[in-house]
Amino acid sequence: MSIFIDENTKLLVQGITGRDGSFHARQMMEYGTQVVGGVTPGKGGQTFEGPDGRSCPIFDTMEQAVAATGANASVIYVPPAFAADAIMEAAGAGVPFIVAITEGVPVLDMTRVYAYVQDAGVRLLGPNCPGLLSPGKSKVGILPGQIATPGPVGVVSRSGTLTYEVVYQLTNAGIGQSTCVGIGGDPINGTNFIDCLEAFENDPETKAVVMIGEIGGTDEQQAAEFVSSRMTKPVVGFIAGQTAPPGRRMGHAGAIISGSEGTAAEKIETFERHGIGVAKKPSDVVGLIQAVL
Amino acid sequence: MNIHEYQAREILTAHGVPVPPGVVATTPEEVERAAQQFGSTVVVKAQVHAGGRGKAGGVKLATSPAEAKDVAGKILGMRIKDLPVEKVLVAPAEDIASEAYVGMILDRASKRVVVMVSREGGVDIEEVAATNPDAIRKLAVDPRYGLLPYQAYSLAVSLYDDIRQQRACAKILQQLYAAFLSSGASLAEINPLVTTPDGEVKALDAKFNIDDNELFRRPDIEALRDTSGEPEAEIQAREAGLTFIKLDGDIGACVNGAGLAMATMDLIKFYGGEPANFLDIGGSSNPEKVVNALRIITADPNVKVICFNIFGGITRCDDVANGIVTATQRIKIDVPIVIRLTGTNEDAALEILKNAGFSATTSMDEVVQKAVELAGAGK
Repeated sequence: MSIFIDENTKLLVQGITGRDGSFHARQMMEYGTQVVGGVTPGKGGQTFEGPDGRSCPIFDTMEQAVAATGANASVIYVPPAFAADAIMEAAGAGVPFIVAITEGVPVLDMTRVYAYVQDAGVRLLGPNCPGLLSPGKSKVGILPGQIATPGPVGVVSRSGTLTYEVVYQLTNAGIGQSTCVGIGGDPINGTNFIDCLEAFENDPETKAVVMIGEIGGTDEQQAAEFVSSRMTKPVVGFIAGQTAPPGRRMGHAGAIISGSEGTAAEKIETFERHGIGVAKKPSDVVGLIQAVL
Repeated sequence: MNIHEYQAREILTAHGVPVPPGVVATTPEEVERAAQQFGSTVVVKAQVHAGGRGKAGGVKLATSPAEAKDVAGKILGMRIKDLPVEKVLVAPAEDIASEAYVGMILDRASKRVVVMVSREGGVDIEEVAATNPDAIRKLAVDPRYGLLPYQAYSLAVSLYDDIRQQRACAKILQQLYAAFLSSGASLAEINPLVTTPDGEVKALDAKFNIDDNELFRRPDIEALRDTSGEPEAEIQAREAGLTFIKLDGDIGACVNGAGLAMATMDLIKFYGGEPANFLDIGGSSNPEKVVNALRIITADPNVKVICFNIFGGITRCDDVANGIVTATQRIKIDVPIVIRLTGTNEDAALEILKNAGFSATTSMDEVVQKAVELAGAGK
């Protein structure tokens, strides 16, 4: 088992002919993800050539693509100006799981997108996220596949490369992962920590969870309460940004300490209060996970 | 992006919000002329991207043009929270009967624009939220319908008892919401929203923060950017497509990804060092970005060592390695460079670096410890 994606995931790539879309469509095919089609307006009817002689059809619209392929997931690589519409197009076509990789989507757009996907009853991961990876089964997004290995640990994170760092350390220590999910660093996103924790709690293969947070907002604090009140599986954590100055946006639109809210110290204290062991540095995650497995 | 009060007032005026007249000035003489023109007591306000202007002495009343010139001379050129004051706003002093607060923010929890109103205006709303949260009324706006007239009126009723003022305020709330949307704001405040003794409702001070992600489609708002208070290195970094924040330490960090960049700063501190900066080269595979990053880091005279921490995903390690080699050929770098590279095309990168006389590790702990040691700050 795994969460959100597995070997039965049939994926569409929105923006498959673009620079990032085509590169990562090939990478996902190479990893073994079932990429069943792509969408680029104006290029419907063409064929996308993947690695090792594999290929998939290109469609003009998501409606056509879903009807022709029976896809149950989509991943979005279109530029920020068109990302909100692309997400809503996927939701409108009835895709139950949508992953938006695009960075720089206006937050006001996301207020409308969030309402739209809620109404459609579908799950959105992202935007501005690396996607997710169920080792040995499927990967959707941009995570490098070679750093992960199958196993019992669920990983959920707001970051991209910091997630890779932790997954890499786990794999080097011989600890595999059920699913690694990057929820993204934007203030408004489709899937939060609690959604992932709940899915990991219900996934029989996952035995423990690593939660990687950062400064800004209160998502981690709410997640910590969820862990202590609703989860039976152990959770360990890490918070980035202990040395971040207040009032400055640390790269991610959501990574900003406003007033006294959202500091790393506050989040670490909340984690510890709710029984979540906190790693002082990324490499300490390994020891903490070994202790609870 | 922050914009100045006078710019926020212009946005409000364009949306029909009643705002008293005001003039922006950069010299005491201009302030004197503006005061003469208004012919009344004026207020001279520093235009600077910092809160607490009043407490810092950046807001002063003047009863005559001569006094206005005098106070402007003091305010212009002063520093507030280390930012130079280069412009002031001159406006006639208003007679105030009451002060309220109205504001809107992009709220992460409700995933909507939240409108906040309070009868406790003219003070810091975060302080009111901490000490007297019941004094603030909030409403999350459904993006499908926008701020509905009855909702705006209901909020206005909680601020005013007089029907004319309630209606005026409801209208201002809808105008503020329209201004919020059209400017791509992440925060918009009128504080205070005042009533005058003859019953008018007016916006006396305004603050807007703009969502950086909106700027690509709003060139008119981007044009409001004032870089005067911004460190030169941060301006250069933005133009080069890098995210850079200057800090006070001596270990220059160059990382891909914001989360890993923060974790690297934290690890430098953990091992007893002090980071000189936050720098995220982003996800692109462009050696030129690395050259620009090194140029910006080495321009800081405090930097004693440069620490690369690259986890290749989209970013290809060989591109970063090529960038490091090119940069050291083009710019004179007097400080040691320590490098960690792992992930996509790691082997090719290590080969490139080895041939150019650099060594690299694949461990984040190792590279940071080495950087701290070289900076002479280890514990």
